[in-house]
Amino acid sequence: MDSPAIATVNGEMQAEAHAHPAYLRHHFETVEQQREAASFGMWLFLLTEVMFFGGMFMAYLIYRNWYHAAFVAGSNTLNIWLGTINTAVLICSSFTMAMAVYSAEKRRRKSLVTYLILTIVLGLAFLGIKAVEYAEKFELHQVPGASFSIEQFVHPTDPKAVALAPDMAEKTQVYFSLYFAMTGMHALHMIIGISILLILVVRALGGAYTEGHMSTIENFGLYWHFVDIVWIFLFPLLYLISRYR
Amino acid sequence: MSSANTIVQLPDQSTAQLPRKHYLNQELGLKSWLLTGDHKRIAMLYLFSITFFFFIGGAFASLIRLQLLTPGSDLLAPDTYNKVFSMHGIVMIFLFLVPSVPATLGNFLIPIMIGAKDLAFPKINLLSWYLFVAGGLFILAAMILGGVDTGWTFTTPLSTHYLNTHVVTAALGIFIAGFASILTGLNFIVTIHRMRAPGMTWFRLPLFVWGHYAASILMVLGTPVLAITLVLVALERTIGIGVFDPTKGGDPLLFQHLFWFYSHPAVYIMILPGMAVISEVISTFSRKRIFGYTAVAFSSVAIAIFGFFVWEHHMFIMGVSNYSALVFSLLTMLVAVPSAIKIFNWSATLYKGSITFETPMLYAFGFLGLFTIGGLTGVFLGSMGMDVHLTETYFIVAHFHFVMVGGMLMAYLAGMHFWWPKITGRMYPEAISKLAAVVTFIGFIFTFFPQFILGYLGMPRRYASYPPEFQVLNVLSTAGASILAVGYLLPMLYMPWSLKYGKIAGNNPWQATGLEWQITSPPLTENFVETPIVDHEAYDYEWLANQTEHEVKTVG
Repeated sequence: MDSPAIATVNGEMQAEAHAHPAYLRHHFETVEQQREAASFGMWLFLLTEVMFFGGMFMAYLIYRNWYHAAFVAGSNTLNIWLGTINTAVLICSSFTMAMAVYSAEKRRRKSLVTYLILTIVLGLAFLGIKAVEYAEKFELHQVPGASFSIEQFVHPTDPKAVALAPDMAEKTQVYFSLYFAMTGMHALHMIIGISILLILVVRALGGAYTEGHMSTIENFGLYWHFVDIVWIFLFPLLYLISRYR
Repeated sequence: MSSANTIVQLPDQSTAQLPRKHYLNQELGLKSWLLTGDHKRIAMLYLFSITFFFFIGGAFASLIRLQLLTPGSDLLAPDTYNKVFSMHGIVMIFLFLVPSVPATLGNFLIPIMIGAKDLAFPKINLLSWYLFVAGGLFILAAMILGGVDTGWTFTTPLSTHYLNTHVVTAALGIFIAGFASILTGLNFIVTIHRMRAPGMTWFRLPLFVWGHYAASILMVLGTPVLAITLVLVALERTIGIGVFDPTKGGDPLLFQHLFWFYSHPAVYIMILPGMAVISEVISTFSRKRIFGYTAVAFSSVAIAIFGFFVWEHHMFIMGVSNYSALVFSLLTMLVAVPSAIKIFNWSATLYKGSITFETPMLYAFGFLGLFTIGGLTGVFLGSMGMDVHLTETYFIVAHFHFVMVGGMLMAYLAGMHFWWPKITGRMYPEAISKLAAVVTFIGFIFTFFPQFILGYLGMPRRYASYPPEFQVLNVLSTAGASILAVGYLLPMLYMPWSLKYGKIAGNNPWQATGLEWQITSPPLTENFVETPIVDHEAYDYEWLANQTEHEVKTVG
């Protein structure tokens, strides 16, 4: 056999090389078993992530029903264009990630590295745009806490906006609390993802993942798509409440 | 068959020898332990850490009982008392009970019981221990810097607005330790699904594995919800978001829902591995297959599933709607069904079994009695009328200590004694350990039974002082706690002693059927010399007898 996976095995292990490629860890019987275990583990981890975000979606569901007017007013202050661009950026990054997995499968190292770097760039672009949006909220006193001002919701400057009673305007703080908690946790997942991507790039440059053993790339891809999907839920729930008015 | 044959002869230990190489001496030095991927060594790391935290939590418990010896607050100021019971709860639940059996015995035994060389993800297993230690250090830091006094429940808005203690540090510690628990659960589930030896079908798994499988489901699905809840509490304290803050439109009741959505299933995270131990011990010392194996296996899964739909019974007095309370009350009583299935099946296993009374069996009997009382009082509390009267009193305290300490801790000690020969290769001293089991049981009854009466009479929990008419029962409880402390200190003395001076155990000192008993004690690093092929059901004592005969023939 002269597959690339076996070519790297040193002389001493070559006798065993037929049954045990170097990347097969000792406690697994077969490569297939190792691959299935890794993939199953990743799916389970994503399940825990669903539960993690689920707590906040639950809170969102309840408060949006209770304080619908405040949620509409809060949502309408978000910058829909930045949100839309960010959605597009993130979907593109999912595409480049999928292409990275494909490249690993086809054992093309150069294109693997390129797609991973593209994914990093798009991820950073997303975070940059998010930072601009956050800064805007600070300037407009829309961050819950001591500096929060309900004035803009009681006496809105925009003639199209509906003025809220002070009592309901107070509740916009819950909307912004959830906005910051949900997008913040999402951004944290992006930051963790980008850090892992950096490690993957370094390893890929060193020759990993393009020699038949690519479950790390595959499973990271699952994580990245998951983070993307969370945003696909966050975008309409946070940005698009009653926008048609 | 004559009656003389029914009691099994345990093997002669005088000729037993330790294997030359095993997991404990394969590699030496601190580094070989701190960077190990071996599930057995990680189990030992966990054992040391949780024992340490158990004694920290125990020290706080002693302070509580000493304080309650007298009606006034003579020993501790009320503020300090609040911190003491909070730290007792936080340490005991998150740093002892949740990891107790799964992270030590589960880690050690699950791969061996299913015939695997290791858990599916050894590095993640090690990472989970480091996370656990990091979480523990945060909680220790909170303790040393001045403590936290929210109670283990972090009730809002008390925890977010009214207290000036180290809530965020403690919450962060629990958050991190929570990930240790998630990773352990994840590792177990993947291992049980993907690493079973040839022939080890789902219904040949020992019930120990089934119990851990069910508990792992709870760890994986429940713990993330606690994590996000604590994140929201921390964000509320630090940057002032208002998800639980009524002045900003948030609802403190939502915190209760999210918190108990984890913390009720957490009770089953704690008890299911204990039940898993009891199944093994009862079968081994009755020399019978567990009665109704399938029912016991599925009752674990049923407890895990029902466990997710009962959390609101912690909130009956918090202004939830009467109709939802009614539904949750009924669902709560439903959990009693699978628990009772277990108790009845264990009793039926004992019936006409060849019972012997070794130490693990004594602890298991303790478990049966105490858990039954704890479980039945849980049914009382599940009914709304009783709950309104008894909640936030010592009745609750007694109830969950019967389940957690009387149930889980008894099971933990049963398991520790039962598998000690396998883990260390040596026997614990039988006579003194029997004494410890009896002392623990008696001490436990004296400590917590009076608390049922105190609670029924109306003594509220979490107060540093109480009216003088409650003193007699409180003195009884404190006296019981001193006996209980002796019961826990004894194993701390004789277990380490046995490491050097204990009799050499041999491979299968109990004549038990599990795969773990068919390999050397202590096991080799790779567990099995060759992958076992399983061709019999769990608890097949006939198969074991044939094996033994075969062994004698070939050796002779």
